Amino acid sequence: MTTLAAAIRAPLTTERRHLAAVTFIVIGLINICIFGVLAHAGDAGFELSLAKASVKIPVIRVPAAPVCYALGAVALGLGVLRLTVPLRRLAKRLAIAGVLVCFLLSLLCWADAGAIPLNVIIISQGTFTESIPLILGALAGCLCERSGVINIAIEGQLLFGAFTAAIVASAFGGLWVGLVAGSLAGGLVGVLLAVFAISFLMDQIVLGVVLNVLVLGMTDYLYDRLMSQNPNYNTGITFGSIKIPGLSQIPIIGPIFFDSTVFLYITYVAIIVIQVALFRSRWGLRVRAVGEHPTAADTVGISVLWIRYRNVILGGLVAGIGGAYLTIGSVGSFIPDISSGFGYIALAALIFGRWTPLGALAAALLFGFCEEMALVLPTVNPVLPAPIMNMAPYVATIIAVAGLVGKVRPPKADGQPYVKA
Amino acid sequence: MTETPATGPDPAPASTGSAAAQPAGPAEAGPAGAGPAEAGSAEPGKPAGSRARLTGAVIIQAVTQGSSAVITILAIFLALVVGGFLIVFSDPVVTKAWSTFFSYPVYALSQTWDSVSFAYSQMFEGAILNPSTVSAAFHGGSIAAIFYPLSSTCAQATPLILTGLSVAIAFRAGLFNIGAAGQWVGGAVVATWLGFGVSLPPGIHVIVCLIGAFVGGAVIGWFVGLLKARTGAHEVIVTIMLNYVMYDLLSYLLSHPTMLQQPHQTNEIAPFIANSANLGHVGGPPPQVGIGFLIAVAAALAVAWLLSRTTTGFQFRTVGASPSAARTAGINVERSWILVMLLAGGLAGLSAATVIQGTNTQLTFNSYGTYGPDGITVALLGRAKPIGVVLAGLLFGALHVGGTYVEAATLGQVPADIVQVLEGLIVLFVAAPALIRAVFRLRSTAGTGLEAVAKGWNG
Repeated sequence: MTTLAAAIRAPLTTERRHLAAVTFIVIGLINICIFGVLAHAGDAGFELSLAKASVKIPVIRVPAAPVCYALGAVALGLGVLRLTVPLRRLAKRLAIAGVLVCFLLSLLCWADAGAIPLNVIIISQGTFTESIPLILGALAGCLCERSGVINIAIEGQLLFGAFTAAIVASAFGGLWVGLVAGSLAGGLVGVLLAVFAISFLMDQIVLGVVLNVLVLGMTDYLYDRLMSQNPNYNTGITFGSIKIPGLSQIPIIGPIFFDSTVFLYITYVAIIVIQVALFRSRWGLRVRAVGEHPTAADTVGISVLWIRYRNVILGGLVAGIGGAYLTIGSVGSFIPDISSGFGYIALAALIFGRWTPLGALAAALLFGFCEEMALVLPTVNPVLPAPIMNMAPYVATIIAVAGLVGKVRPPKADGQPYVKA
Repeated sequence: MTETPATGPDPAPASTGSAAAQPAGPAEAGPAGAGPAEAGSAEPGKPAGSRARLTGAVIIQAVTQGSSAVITILAIFLALVVGGFLIVFSDPVVTKAWSTFFSYPVYALSQTWDSVSFAYSQMFEGAILNPSTVSAAFHGGSIAAIFYPLSSTCAQATPLILTGLSVAIAFRAGLFNIGAAGQWVGGAVVATWLGFGVSLPPGIHVIVCLIGAFVGGAVIGWFVGLLKARTGAHEVIVTIMLNYVMYDLLSYLLSHPTMLQQPHQTNEIAPFIANSANLGHVGGPPPQVGIGFLIAVAAALAVAWLLSRTTTGFQFRTVGASPSAARTAGINVERSWILVMLLAGGLAGLSAATVIQGTNTQLTFNSYGTYGPDGITVALLGRAKPIGVVLAGLLFGALHVGGTYVEAATLGQVPADIVQVLEGLIVLFVAAPALIRAVFRLRSTAGTGLEAVAKGWNG
């Protein structure tokens, strides 16, 4: 598809090249002029330990306004640096991360100025809670799209996984059975995606949207027919949290990373395995070859269709686990449309993260953090109306996608069915 | 392969070719004014050949080879069959009957048939024609009652047609507008505000509100197009995110009395719009057509005219077929993106106007419903062609009405959600003509289906 390649490599305008720098500077100015100037007099406090923790760490208090000014200055400096000095790729990404961190910190300082201290541990835990389905969904998308199949059906995979996990766990009284069933349900949507996209050459964006509609309709229907009439199918049992012995005792890090449900640990494993497998193994090289140039891959004897089938179904299994998390991992009982757009945000995280597992992880954590903020900040600072705070993650995504990332390059054969010549 | 670069530069012969083919082949009921990439239906020489044949032979050929209309009908049929399985499996009476299948096979089969046929016949009665009203009319009942189901189908179809057009016009320029829901909210907010906050004479008030709704949606759409053109931000992400932003904005506006909330209310609900802003209807009562429906049809005709008869429409289609070829040919691709998103947003805004000024007369937080997502399925089923969108919107409107009816008729035994499953299945099968051909053993030919509708991440 030469047209696609040409469209991607359309000449960058000067305007476009300076966009990131301008965005940096704008964010810096927001830090200074909005957060810094509008922050109430007083300190922003950050607690670093839970109330019942054995090791107490004193609350960190910083003067809100000066910190905002300082963080704004850092963002401005990075913007000027970006504008004047040609940076390497890694440096560019670090600069983006730095500006985002400055922005988020000054947001926190502004919101918390003169109020009760924010508990960093609880916020971090909440961020993971919000991020797990996004991370697993984005990883599922990564597996699919690296092999050249667009996966818009992440939403459907999450939803069907959530439904099946809840109903099976309730019916059999076994959480692990529910987890496996949820994963398989995601895999089933993956099978549909694979069959229609790879064998019947259906338009993959259309297919994804349709599968989402279909799963939403099915789960709504079955919820009405089975669950709402028979509460035994929706008991709301959940996994308890597992403390990793030793590691969970470490101050700060322990409660954040090593004291959670099994889903967080599954997520760790999935991220590492998929990142390593995709970029450090023969398996991954083949997958990427199929996603970039299927004809060449076929020529050297790689079975394009088999790899695509396998990856799409694997992706479905991973997303199914993310779906199971939505019910038996967090709230327990299933409600209609429980995934409520997580699949689409996971898709945005995948694209924002440039189709890499680690990039998607970073993006998903950012979205998760924004959603956690939307929950926490109205309780700390009642000046902010909740609906406006709820917008934050989405506005942040738009700014990030338009201002910082701009045109991204997907796997070259992404979305193209492969027909042997 | 969805397209080849060769078709990009000269879409004109392809589209004029298929336009010429249309009168010759009545069996090609789906409007064949295809986009440039659907050149398969306009193979050179084929129109002349089919013109020579008898109409009957043409129809038989269309059926055996599976023209797009035939594929659509078969897809609907297949969807009803699969939906029937879902109805049966979740009906306890039927499953109990099947557990004794080997003792009483006839009973199991008859129970199955009863369950499915009852659900579908109720759906038909609710949405299209209820035979009992016809016989009642012969015995002195009201003739108007016969048309009641059709009137409600049209009313339900109206917003679906407009959001469907919104998605379809973006598809034709190669953009995937998932944001019809957000644009709908944009239009609804402006229409509501103008509807209750301004007092104008009746006719003018309606028009001002309609224009306001169009502008409200168009601004949201324009912003998406602008971001795509200026920064390369992918419209799929931006529209999804804007949907959530607009939902939250709506929630904010509807929870503050200084904004749009009805005074002395705790719910998220706006005041009723003034009577002078109400769209009303033609004819009636029951054999009536809402003005909104007429607006929807007029919008479809306008979009059809724009796409097939104007330079702008030609540019849209060329950009949709191949942005790089369009750029080479001197078309301002970025301008086309911005303009088409503006129009798409405006159409979604009009959809909101037909609801707020027509059927609901009041904006609540739940008003946006599923018009946005349904618009995508309607556009896909209508193959991104205006007339197809109208037909698909009518079908989905009928399904919605029928779904509500069947839920009431079966006392909740068959939930209205079955309709959503049916819609998904229909589009799934329509979009996979290869599957339909395999199931019904049709001969395979090129060039039907939705291959050219949506594009990959950089289409």
